Amino acid sequence: MDSIQRSLLKEVAELDALPVGAYNIRANGVSAARNTTANIDIVTKTDKPGIDIIIKPGTKKESVHIPVVLSEAGLKESVFNDFYIGEGADVVIIAGCGIHNCGGEDSEHDGIHSFHVGKNAHVRYVEKHYGEGEGRGKRLMNPTTEVYLEEGASMEMEATQISGIDDTLRKTTAVLEAGASLVIHEKVMTTGTQNAVSQFTADLNGEGSSCNLVSRTVAKDQSTQHFISVLNGNAPCAGHSECDSIIMDQAKVLASPQLSASCTDASLIHEAAIGKIAGEQLIKLMTLGLSESEAEEQIVNGFLR
Amino acid sequence: MLELKNVSFDAEGGKEILEHVSLVIEDRFVAVTGPNGGGKSTLAKLIAGIYRPKEGQILLDGEDITELSVSERAKKGISYAFQQPVRFKGLRVRDLLNLAAGDSTSLSDCCQILSEVGLCARDYLDRELNDSLSGGEMKRIEIATVLARKSKFNVFDEPEAGIDLWSFQNLIRVFEKMYGQTKGSILIISHQERILNIADKIIYLKNGRVENYGSREEILPNLLEGTQAAGTCGVLTGKLED
Repeated sequence: MDSIQRSLLKEVAELDALPVGAYNIRANGVSAARNTTANIDIVTKTDKPGIDIIIKPGTKKESVHIPVVLSEAGLKESVFNDFYIGEGADVVIIAGCGIHNCGGEDSEHDGIHSFHVGKNAHVRYVEKHYGEGEGRGKRLMNPTTEVYLEEGASMEMEATQISGIDDTLRKTTAVLEAGASLVIHEKVMTTGTQNAVSQFTADLNGEGSSCNLVSRTVAKDQSTQHFISVLNGNAPCAGHSECDSIIMDQAKVLASPQLSASCTDASLIHEAAIGKIAGEQLIKLMTLGLSESEAEEQIVNGFLR
Repeated sequence: MLELKNVSFDAEGGKEILEHVSLVIEDRFVAVTGPNGGGKSTLAKLIAGIYRPKEGQILLDGEDITELSVSERAKKGISYAFQQPVRFKGLRVRDLLNLAAGDSTSLSDCCQILSEVGLCARDYLDRELNDSLSGGEMKRIEIATVLARKSKFNVFDEPEAGIDLWSFQNLIRVFEKMYGQTKGSILIISHQERILNIADKIIYLKNGRVENYGSREEILPNLLEGTQAAGTCGVLTGKLED
């Protein structure tokens, strides 16, 4: 890997060197490094680009890193990664995609990830998207995440897209069986003329299933954002979605929450708030000696932490 | 030393809030009291730079700071504790204390400051400054941010307002302790007799004018007399009973 790719890797996966445990690093459309462990196998797909990640039942305290870096302008790819997490496993999965585009053509990475989480298994999934480069070509990412949680399975997902992605459609769907739980924290910031659409659907099909979606976004300059969340309560379940946006400059933010229940014991809540940074927040930090722009930066950074 | 020379301020719509206020504040602990609507909070905001006077001058150690911004005044050594502390989604107690003290604050300094306001650092440093904190907790954190700055001129706007009795007792102890430790000046807006009792001087502000300014010994007996004469809801007891 070259220095640009290494710096992208650090940005999206906080990796300075090869990680411990299982990993598959994809650079400019090909696998650059791979490691498997006794409990975690990684197999290249034969029918389409991508890999299967198979985690044995009962695997504990192991991690899988699957970062993707693109530094070749004009490269467009769709990659299918399927995770099979065995019953009772407890693992951390770190994904992420960094694009460096200094050319005139658009670069695009569409990662389609599916998670089949077995009974009583737990997954923490961290995904970070990042773009850089001065080229006129756009940096595009359209991540799709499909989650299937079997009985008693749980997943925590942290998705971050703070800078450099010109256009994105983030699609997340989840199906939850009895006692399954899903927690999603999404952080998005758009600047310039960037556009981000985040579409989220969860089917709470099993008794005692729960879903908590928290989205925090900051829209600056002329950027646009659309947040769509759909919670379907089909059983006695608890669903909560919350989208909170700071809007600045000439940005546009649209929040479209939707709740639907087909069971009297489904409890679904949505909270949505869009607003500018409160003047008193700026003044408070200015009384501590920060300039207005420093105060604004602190407030935005804290909000997106 | 802070000096106000002939300072006037009008609210939006032209209503006069402060009229030709001239004051020299150089003692260690000065309390500002007076009826609601008398201009006390406006005075505090004018000193912090949040409001600009219609006329007059504000000087800090002889330097004219009238035209300086909130940030510039903060850098010159003015600190201001809000009457209603501001909440932030995402920012933690630790972040605010670090910003207040500058980058150099160590973890142990943060702990020390929190313990001075009666909060246990282990429980509070990583708490978000959001709605999960009570009014009393926010007040004490607000005071902690001012303590962390170690400024030469500290303004507290009704630190006792809006908190429960238990927090109030603790707060009074914080100020009693602060009195013993401060190296600069503390200007505190308060209706509370226990606060006024530790003040070196008291400013009595009414209808936008300084009606009285003098040592505690001179001012307090008159105020207490007035309270008794006025019956149940006097200047000193008013806020806590609201």
